[in-house]
Amino acid sequence: MSFSQNQSINNSKRLAQSVAFTIFKLLSFLVVAILIVILGFILVNGASVISWEFLTEMPKEGMTAGGIFPAIVGTLCLVAGSMLFAFPIGVLSGIYINEYSKDGWFKRFIKLMTNNLAGIPSIVFGLFGMALFVNRFGFGDSILAGSLTLGLLALPVVIRTTEESLKAIDKSFRIGSLALGATKWQTTSRVVLPMAFPNIITGLILSVGRVSGETAPILFTVAAYFLPKLPTSIFDQVMALPYHLYVISTSGTNIEASRSMAYGTAFILILIVLIVNLLANWLRRYFSKKVKMQ
Amino acid sequence: MNSIETKDVHLYYGDFHALKGISMAMKKNQVTAFIGPSGCGKSTYLRCFNRMNDLIDGVRIEGEILIDEVDINNKNILVDDLRKHVGMVFQKPNPFPKSIFENVAYGLRVNGTKDKTLIEERVEKSLRQAALWEEVKDKLKKSAFELSGGQQQRLCIARALAIEPSVLLMDEPASALDPISTAKIEELIYELKENYTIVIVTHNMQQAGRVSDSTAFFYLGELVEYAKTKTLFTSPKDQRTQNYITGRFG
Repeated sequence: MSFSQNQSINNSKRLAQSVAFTIFKLLSFLVVAILIVILGFILVNGASVISWEFLTEMPKEGMTAGGIFPAIVGTLCLVAGSMLFAFPIGVLSGIYINEYSKDGWFKRFIKLMTNNLAGIPSIVFGLFGMALFVNRFGFGDSILAGSLTLGLLALPVVIRTTEESLKAIDKSFRIGSLALGATKWQTTSRVVLPMAFPNIITGLILSVGRVSGETAPILFTVAAYFLPKLPTSIFDQVMALPYHLYVISTSGTNIEASRSMAYGTAFILILIVLIVNLLANWLRRYFSKKVKMQ
Repeated sequence: MNSIETKDVHLYYGDFHALKGISMAMKKNQVTAFIGPSGCGKSTYLRCFNRMNDLIDGVRIEGEILIDEVDINNKNILVDDLRKHVGMVFQKPNPFPKSIFENVAYGLRVNGTKDKTLIEERVEKSLRQAALWEEVKDKLKKSAFELSGGQQQRLCIARALAIEPSVLLMDEPASALDPISTAKIEELIYELKENYTIVIVTHNMQQAGRVSDSTAFFYLGELVEYAKTKTLFTSPKDQRTQNYITGRFG
């Protein structure tokens, strides 16, 4: 046998490999286990209050009974509003950074600022939103002020996703288009963007997940402690799921009595994020197929 | 009549002097082949003709490039007009993620053609010219990615022909293809020269010998020798050309 002349080296190589892979495997199981424990805990504790009534009614009796309907509506309004703001600005900035700006100090400066924007603690966004939108612009505590603040928070994520999605498109497609006499904008809008779209939309929806769970930015800009009616304009205050959860867990009228309501609220919040993520997945697959078929 | 004429063209990538004073003329309705070892500047020179080098940061070009007697680096020339006039096919097939039909129609659409019948006619004509029509006529709506590599390259040729350029630049168009597809492309080049001026960069000297009327040999950014293909391959004047075509370096 000319193979494996040194059996001991061979064995120790294999041993090292199996030890390493076992550790990796255990760690990834751990990640999944943590998620299952959190979901299970929330589900077990919150499931008893989940009912049609819980989803569709106003809170009652000092938020110890009734439902969370206005908070669900409020969160949906805020998510929609923030995306309306962050999506166009973020996608267009991402396109500019990746497709148009030349390498140089200006591009580096924009990227640095975008990255820093992503690192600002969300409570600072809240404070800034209050100073600028609520007070300076005079929007008051309102859906508008809250959406703009959340939009600012989502902006760097949207910009970055757009940028990364565009970067992933092979240069040969751009060159092929330009060589046919297309302008840069035609190339971007007709070839590059449709290809990048599935990934951009995925990133966008994932930032929806982030926005819907944020509490700090809405604290001073929109969230109402208790408001058992639906908003009628963008200048109204609303309740929102994360803030509602905070309120009934820490400063409600009867914290013990509303404990299960809190778990129920957490469950719905997680459910919304989960549905949004599944939607993102599905949309990406749908659009990737469509782009290829066009 | 000269289709392309360059006078003392120098090109710099930053500090690197990539093309060193190239003057040559390419005749209308002829196939001109550029040969030479990797990095000799032949592809860079080819990309001067449709100003694809504009896309690379830090490129500086000196000298004069005339295509159909127009100075293409003149400030009044719109680069997209130039590229409509000078089509290009690349080394790796790069169809768009669109249908076969839309790939060929793309050049027409971006250049403002809206007439549906005209687009349909032109798509069919281009696909026929690229010898692909018979293979794809029943699946024009299918994705271009479903075609084989060789078919994709002919689709890219059809795409370039659809906007009726007068010059067709080919940057090693068959180097990523199998021998049968290569033979088809070569046949095609032979037929296309009736209507187009073709400049082809190739690593394959047999290919240059088969398809071209004239051949230019580049080395280290210089045009070493430019002659009728037969003459260049049978009795090269320069020692460096001789060494290259006999396989002594490259």
